[in-house]
Amino acid sequence: MFNRSAVLNVRSIGHHAVDAVWRLGYASRFFGLTIASSGTSFRRLRLLIRELYFTGVLSLIIILVSGLFVGMVLGLQGYHTLQTYGSESALGVLVALSLVRELGPVVSALLFASRAGSAMTAEIGLMKATEQLAAMEMMAVDPIARVVAPRFWAGVISMPLLSALFSAMGIFGGYLVGVVLIGVDEGSFWSQMNAAVDFRNDILNGVVKSFVFGVAVTWITLFEGYDAPPTAEGVSGATTRTVVTSSLAILGLDFLLTSFMFRGF
Amino acid sequence: MERSTLDLWVGLFVCAGIGALLILAMKVGNMTSIGLGNHTYTLYANFDNIGGLKARAPVKSAGVVVGRVSSIGFDNTRFNARVELSIDERYKFPKDTTASILTSGLLGEQYVGLDAGGDSANLGSGEAVKLTQSAVVLEKLISQFLYSKAAEGDNAKK
Repeated sequence: MFNRSAVLNVRSIGHHAVDAVWRLGYASRFFGLTIASSGTSFRRLRLLIRELYFTGVLSLIIILVSGLFVGMVLGLQGYHTLQTYGSESALGVLVALSLVRELGPVVSALLFASRAGSAMTAEIGLMKATEQLAAMEMMAVDPIARVVAPRFWAGVISMPLLSALFSAMGIFGGYLVGVVLIGVDEGSFWSQMNAAVDFRNDILNGVVKSFVFGVAVTWITLFEGYDAPPTAEGVSGATTRTVVTSSLAILGLDFLLTSFMFRGF
Repeated sequence: MERSTLDLWVGLFVCAGIGALLILAMKVGNMTSIGLGNHTYTLYANFDNIGGLKARAPVKSAGVVVGRVSSIGFDNTRFNARVELSIDERYKFPKDTTASILTSGLLGEQYVGLDAGGDSANLGSGEAVKLTQSAVVLEKLISQFLYSKAAEGDNAKK
């Protein structure tokens, strides 16, 4: 007859599957509730500005520095590859397109998830563990409107700005290495970039991408914090899960969005 | 409500972000040059072979970008390629203008070149460029060369 451990295995798989679907539904309801009760964060702008400071301004250093280095590496690597074909004047195109279309939104979202996202999860998880959220509810203050929604909108607003800064910084890094250090012709660097990068197809699509990443990352982050088991262990687990889940979500969504946006040519 | 240093930092952050977007749009992208589609008119041209021409490729006259290829389709009555060009409103071309598909450099992208004719009437919006010249297909060129070489050899034998 059936092995007992096999039965237990099947049971635990089923349990995990049902649990995952349950959590997804709960997360969707949480997302809807956040959107519905976000009026407060725009009426009381101070809340939003505080969160913009913590998520956006404090992420600036890591975003700017890594943008600069990513651009510099792109300049070096791109130069060595393009040189074989004698087309090192296309270095500007290579650096700008790869940053604006892919690396800018994706890398800045990954950095954002690990820098600001983990902090948000830990903060909300700890608020829950120390029963601050329950205390708010006791005082008839909706914790979703007061705590969650401002953080959500701060993330959604700062993500496109951070990724634009990342891309701009990266292009500057590529310019620094390509033109100043290696000596690619400055005129063709900028003019070829100018001719190849389209405002609507490349830059606006990059902004749309980073906006989608912003929504996804902050949603995952806030939900993990809100759903964390109210123990020290639970909060630490939720923080780890946030970074893993949002990184996977960013990369998966990036593939999806890219296949929609850059299908034509 | 009093102001705090927090507000200053957030304001600076938002300004820097929007500034970066503007830099991307102006310096990196071609927002300042033509291609926004607001002040353009449409011309059509039929080519027997468009080679590797793609939508959004530039349209140049005398080396100056005067427009872009907006779409490429197949004309099912004449069995050739129908290319839609959107040309900047500032530039008008005579009726007997020639459109040809050219390549910038040896391995560069392909573009549509317009050579103005001498007609006094100009092409209007939605009209077709009658005189066209197809893209040069390298294989055809090589085979032509080989055939002519072979023919020369035959003549020499006789």
